[in-house]
Amino acid sequence: MPQVAPGEHDEPREHDKPGEHDAPNESGGIEFPESWRQRHLLDLERLSVEEITTLLDVAQRLKEMTGGCRHKLSLLSGKTCANLFFENSTRTRNSFSLAAKRLGADTVEFSSTGSSVAKGETFVDTAKTIEAMGVDWVVTRHSTPGTPHLLARELDCCVLNAGDGPHGHPTQGLLDMLTIRQHLGSFEGLTVALVGDIAHSRTARSNLWGLSKLGAHVIICGPPTLVSQRWTELGFEVAHSLDDILPRCDVLNLLRIQFERQGARPFPSVHEYAALYAMDGARMRKAKDDILIMAPGPINRGVEITPEVADGPHSVILEQVNNGIAVRMAALYLLAGAAERFKEAS
Amino acid sequence: MNTTSPSLLIENGRIIDPSQSIDRVGRLLIHGGRVAAIDPAEGDLPSEFQRIDATELILSPGLVDLGAELREPGNEEDETIATAGVAALSGGYTSVLCCANTHPCIDSHGAVEFVRQKAVKARGVRVHVIGCLSKGRAGEQMAELGLLHEAGAVAFSDAPRPVPNDALLKRALEYCRMFDKPIFDRPENPELAGAGVMHEGQVSLVLGLKGLPTEAEDLAVARDVRLAEATEGRLHVGPVSTMGSVDMIRRVKSRGIQVTASVCPQNLCLSDDELRSFDAKYKVHPPLRSGRHVETLRRAVADGTIDAIQSGHMPRAREKKMNDLDLSPFGAATSETTLSTVITYMINEGVLDWITAIERLSTTPAKIAGIDAGTLQVGDAADIAIIDPRPIWTVDSNAFHSRCSSSPLDGHSLNGKVVKTLVGGEVRFEA
Repeated sequence: MPQVAPGEHDEPREHDKPGEHDAPNESGGIEFPESWRQRHLLDLERLSVEEITTLLDVAQRLKEMTGGCRHKLSLLSGKTCANLFFENSTRTRNSFSLAAKRLGADTVEFSSTGSSVAKGETFVDTAKTIEAMGVDWVVTRHSTPGTPHLLARELDCCVLNAGDGPHGHPTQGLLDMLTIRQHLGSFEGLTVALVGDIAHSRTARSNLWGLSKLGAHVIICGPPTLVSQRWTELGFEVAHSLDDILPRCDVLNLLRIQFERQGARPFPSVHEYAALYAMDGARMRKAKDDILIMAPGPINRGVEITPEVADGPHSVILEQVNNGIAVRMAALYLLAGAAERFKEAS
Repeated sequence: MNTTSPSLLIENGRIIDPSQSIDRVGRLLIHGGRVAAIDPAEGDLPSEFQRIDATELILSPGLVDLGAELREPGNEEDETIATAGVAALSGGYTSVLCCANTHPCIDSHGAVEFVRQKAVKARGVRVHVIGCLSKGRAGEQMAELGLLHEAGAVAFSDAPRPVPNDALLKRALEYCRMFDKPIFDRPENPELAGAGVMHEGQVSLVLGLKGLPTEAEDLAVARDVRLAEATEGRLHVGPVSTMGSVDMIRRVKSRGIQVTASVCPQNLCLSDDELRSFDAKYKVHPPLRSGRHVETLRRAVADGTIDAIQSGHMPRAREKKMNDLDLSPFGAATSETTLSTVITYMINEGVLDWITAIERLSTTPAKIAGIDAGTLQVGDAADIAIIDPRPIWTVDSNAFHSRCSSSPLDGHSLNGKVVKTLVGGEVRFEA
């Protein structure tokens, strides 16, 4: 697929609009996928294999059309994306903002500190107020699972989950999957290990549904206080020794220890955790030659990953960041298209 | 008792009274606010009386609720003694035990008197007061249990807060023996419960919600029953929600220890799967457990291990419930739907027969609370629920009499409705 030159798509073009169904355009257009119906992106557990694949395909296409998420299109010009973050975030928030801007949409930022939530307003009221300002998407992050689902019931605009406590972070799952697909082609037959603080990780909960639906074998690895044996009831492999599973893994996704979510420490010390689970040079020598090392970041160097691995040749951590913009562009584009179709139909 | 109310003859209804093992179609005469006769001879009828035709309807002793939060004084945005009273009457209740967690809490003679006076003025349901177990419900020092007893408190409890202090509970169980009043404990170990919002299990694991492990309840029940055994005090644990609780209660009862237990209707029909909707209407206490626990509780109610079904009415204002699952308080309005829930999910599904269901909802709770209720014996107050077992209706929590419009059964199709509720022979609720 040819990459699009900078500035080529600054003006709105007919076939760029979501909901239009032009013939595929070899010169760099995109065709809205006929089957897409979702107006919200809440979690990957509820998406079908086809929907996840569509998201990844569109993300790949938009990445190519924007020259690696660097150039601007006008697919979504005239639309507004509100970032409604009740938890601190720099990377995800900026990634969503950039994704919206790359497709020509405007963005508006809200955070819990300094807004009316601090004055006692419920977050549903806050979201409704922001929606009334005429936004097309609300991108939300909150410390409690299910808050995006609650907003999707209460709001008419599209709702994107940018992290709801330890529950879901669908665009993180998708960007991890896009990165794996770019390197390894498909998910069938792959063994992917999620290592670390599964109990408090929304990245884990998004990855494991997405990956298992698309055919990967998922191992969840960490100490029993962070990795419940109950995951086996849901068909996942549970392991407590990284060294034991390492030789079988095609991909390692090293999850951050979420100190801020843990009440009582689930392990005796960081030192002990790092000795048992940190991916370091010695462990790299036991791994497959072409293993992919991933981390959702922010990374705690020296806890779950040592600098030589994080910055080494197997690490795709920075590619993940770039793919984050791609999948967020895809999500914004697809949801907006579904919303327009829904509006036309009703 | 109101002696000016007219005599009433309720005819053609199916009279169910577990206290006399009655389950038959008959007629019931009320005179002077009391049950005057069942199936009186024509010659025994007074010269003037009103008739109520109860063809196809069920006459039951009014239901007795072992614990409902009335929220007044202090939280009138959630409920008042008057609104809770109407809600209870519409659910067939004629006697309600008021939880002590008002503001100020019911740990003084004056607080007991306030609730009783308000309830009398409201002319709704009969309200009996549960006094605090500890001063200020702080869980440290015994409240003035003797004085509360003299003021009319029928039981002592810090519920819905558990009593984490083992020594305090032991002392209170010993002390209460001198006035033969029960202590109610809502069993929960606070360290294990933590900040949990739902049953800890496969569903909470997938949803990433903080869990309330079953062992938090199991450990508390184990402690409670052991202290009851040691002190020979009167202990009621409830509401319970776990297989572990049922197992322990069954074992101590088989050894003859004086312990009773109760369960809430939603724990007999709904599981933690409901939380997949992330809707705070399912954030109730005790939490909705997994299917295995629900099944065990149903059997335990049937075989009598669990003695009573209580509404667990914990009304909370809409603005409090309209929140995410961490911020939303536990609670729901349940007194209006308890009977219909039991009919639909326990009687219709063959777990309980009618007379046992009424026993669990009325006769046994009255015995546990030590109040004169839960019976249609001649001479007793005519507290009666007239029930139409036929209608199938859809729960609309916005139409509740309660100020709380949150219900885990909202939208459910239930069977059976209360037609009239009589307190002391007077029709206080009519559908």
